[in-house]
Amino acid sequence: MTQAESGETQTARIWIERRADPESDAYWQRFDVPYTPGTGANLTSLLRAIAREPVTVDGERTSPVAYDAACLEEVCGSCTMRVNGMVRQGCSTLVEDVIAGSGELTLQPMAKFPVRRDLCVDRSRLFEDLKRVRAWVPIDGLHDLGPGPRESPENQAVRYEMSRCMSCGCCLDACPQFTQDNDFVGAAVIGQVRYFNRHETGAREAEHRLDVMMEPGGVADCGNAQNCVKVCPKDIPLTEAIAEIGRETTKHAVRKFFKG
Amino acid sequence: MSESDRPVIVVGGGLAGLAASARIAESGHRVRLFSVVPVKRSHSVCAQGGINATNPIAEQQGFSAWKHMDETLYGGDFLAHQPPVREMCRHAPRIIHLLDRMGVPFNRTAEGNYDLRAFGGSLFKRTHFAGSTTGQQLMYALDEQVRRHEAAGMVEKYEFWDFLRPVLDDDGRCRGIVAENMDSMEIRAFPADAVVLATGGCGAIFGRSTNSLICNGAAAARAYRHGATLGNPEFIQVHPTSIPGQDKNRLMSEAARGEGGRVWVPRDPGDGRDPRSIPEAERWYFLEERYPAYGNLVPRDIASREIFDVCRSGYGVGGARMVYLDVTHLPQETKDKLRGILEIYQKFTGEDPTEVPIKIFPTVHYTMGGLWTGYEPAEDGEGLAQGAPGNMMTDVPGLYAFGEVNYQYHGATRLGANALLNCIFDGLYCGLSVAREAERVGGELGEPAEETLRAAADAERERARAMLAREAGENPYALHEEMGEWMTDECTVVREEKGLERARDALRDLKERAARAAPPDASGWSNQSLSFTRALEDMIRYAEAIVAASIERRESRGSHYRTDYPERDDERYLQTTVATYDSQADEPRIGFEAIRMGLVEPRARTYGKKAASGSGESGKSSGGGS
Repeated sequence: MTQAESGETQTARIWIERRADPESDAYWQRFDVPYTPGTGANLTSLLRAIAREPVTVDGERTSPVAYDAACLEEVCGSCTMRVNGMVRQGCSTLVEDVIAGSGELTLQPMAKFPVRRDLCVDRSRLFEDLKRVRAWVPIDGLHDLGPGPRESPENQAVRYEMSRCMSCGCCLDACPQFTQDNDFVGAAVIGQVRYFNRHETGAREAEHRLDVMMEPGGVADCGNAQNCVKVCPKDIPLTEAIAEIGRETTKHAVRKFFKG
Repeated sequence: MSESDRPVIVVGGGLAGLAASARIAESGHRVRLFSVVPVKRSHSVCAQGGINATNPIAEQQGFSAWKHMDETLYGGDFLAHQPPVREMCRHAPRIIHLLDRMGVPFNRTAEGNYDLRAFGGSLFKRTHFAGSTTGQQLMYALDEQVRRHEAAGMVEKYEFWDFLRPVLDDDGRCRGIVAENMDSMEIRAFPADAVVLATGGCGAIFGRSTNSLICNGAAAARAYRHGATLGNPEFIQVHPTSIPGQDKNRLMSEAARGEGGRVWVPRDPGDGRDPRSIPEAERWYFLEERYPAYGNLVPRDIASREIFDVCRSGYGVGGARMVYLDVTHLPQETKDKLRGILEIYQKFTGEDPTEVPIKIFPTVHYTMGGLWTGYEPAEDGEGLAQGAPGNMMTDVPGLYAFGEVNYQYHGATRLGANALLNCIFDGLYCGLSVAREAERVGGELGEPAEETLRAAADAERERARAMLAREAGENPYALHEEMGEWMTDECTVVREEKGLERARDALRDLKERAARAAPPDASGWSNQSLSFTRALEDMIRYAEAIVAASIERRESRGSHYRTDYPERDDERYLQTTVATYDSQADEPRIGFEAIRMGLVEPRARTYGKKAASGSGESGKSSGGGS
């Protein structure tokens, strides 16, 4: 936490790990950017300030830092990055909450996904895994066929929590089991399995989803570090989902064993 | 049947683009879906409050699809064409059912029915919702269905691709698009028999707004610069309740008021007390006082003007441009339904809105105007002809505009919770028209000429090359800020001729300076500065159309309020504004054209405002004041 008084303009000394393209080596640059605590200055506003005046602390004119951002209100999942080594959303991170007493902070791209440039990464693996578990309700088509199944408010409440996952990938970046060279689907996808298996029509694909959960990269790969739930910006009960899907997968395996 | 196997192109992966992709794929056509971000990150996720549709409970109290249409037209100050609004409202309950079947976790009553909430511009509860993040849940449901089509090979996504222009043949027909890969910076032409633009609004033209950074209107501006007409560009909605921020102004959903939140200021403008300790009698609930029937749920343009007026009269909290939006008194169960937005407020301000009133001010939120689109009315004269190729086609044959980017449905002001409906309706209902059109023309037109595609792509390559070759000039990000300030100051809640002319001149100046602005990055890989500099040039052209139309419409209607012409003037201006791009002069040309009515007669739009309560006077007389 900062010692700075609210309302007094401070200088943020921002170290940024940059990379020109996926093949190039990473390098660090420092930018000094003024900000005022207590005014809602967030990390994306610092990156914008750098874009307006892209000059490093050494006076070197450089290119603006590339970063993904869209909604700036923590619902699109774009601006995920590592701040002081910890993964979070750039837009909902206030400068005064992450800056050290020395006024320094570091920004790095997520570590578990291929870097495209600077802070931009390629998270398409997550979307591919959503295909793998058939993360959709298999409806008969878009024609008017009346309402869906009636739902209890209790089940709706559980599903609503899971439906708020914005595929930012924080849970994956923080997970010790999720690496660039394995197949683990990670908490986000397991959460979606719970979401769809809890819907009456969605459950028509439950068997398939649990089959995937039994495969390498499925729920058994979870090492129970519980980092996912700590870093989830939307406070989604991911460990609950993992526990539920773990139990369902075990039951499913037993059923399959006896059915042959 | 189509003899063509060319895919249909959809640009934009929000609600409208996803709904269109699903519908077109289901009709048997392959779809190429282009988006500047992974489609799941599109701006529709920011919609909070809900989606309107008539429902059995409201109907037993006198509501109907007809009333839904009527209040949409009344809210829009009768500027909207009526048949498309009729069709959309008639279709609304079917859309709710479909989304329900897709698994959207709509809030439920104890018995398992849809829960409903009140919303602006209606005296009936007809808004369906999922917490206070409804857009997110709706868009994900459509994203999931499109992913299903993608897995089946019917949809191919081009994410991180920027639409640069439509490809037009010698007859002026749209035969494809030119787009740029935002990583490799490769520029390529893609042929198609039909193209849908579903690229959203243009809030970024105003600098800070509630919109995502990607909602810059550049795609619409590029279509406009290549011959498509804009309709009603001057109609920009300013949302009354946002949290002003450094990088954006974040939305506080109308749902807060729909669930019972109240807007107020201290009756004594100098009152410096903690708001919680100000007694009820010393609070001025100005919306409730001025609009007894609708109270806090008057349409957005009215609420924004009243807040603006209250602040200008010196009643803003602490003398600042700020009023309270109070939800502290609501029961916990209601606060739970608003959790999504209350969390956002706490994260960005550090204050707990369940304990302390939220501080809000109006900000740019929605683009009612946009690309002009036609439609084919049904034979019964009420709705649309289902599947007719002309539905929501721009005046460039083969080029469609769906969702916020077109100018239909909302007239001079959009009612809350009608946008999600409009986007999904366009995609689902008019998506069929696109499929029919592709079938109609696919066989007879054949492959577009290689030369046509190459010339269009080459022109964009040359534009990019020339931009990168510029000597270091002004910074495009700084120019954008300047444009945003001009547009916000002169062209939002209140407008008048002199100020608009100043903005027009400022835009001409900015246009010249932007033409010399070099992207501050020379890289050939993921060059976001190049994409931004190009977009800035297009945004300025769009802004010029907004300002020119605002000057020419010398009346007040809905969101367009002119202090020098404060009355609505049906005789002269009950017409659509049409803006076309004069490429020789590099200027907009403004004209007007008739609107199709026939279902509802225009009437005065008062929302039951009490006479003689236009200022703080009544506040003073009934409880102290200054």
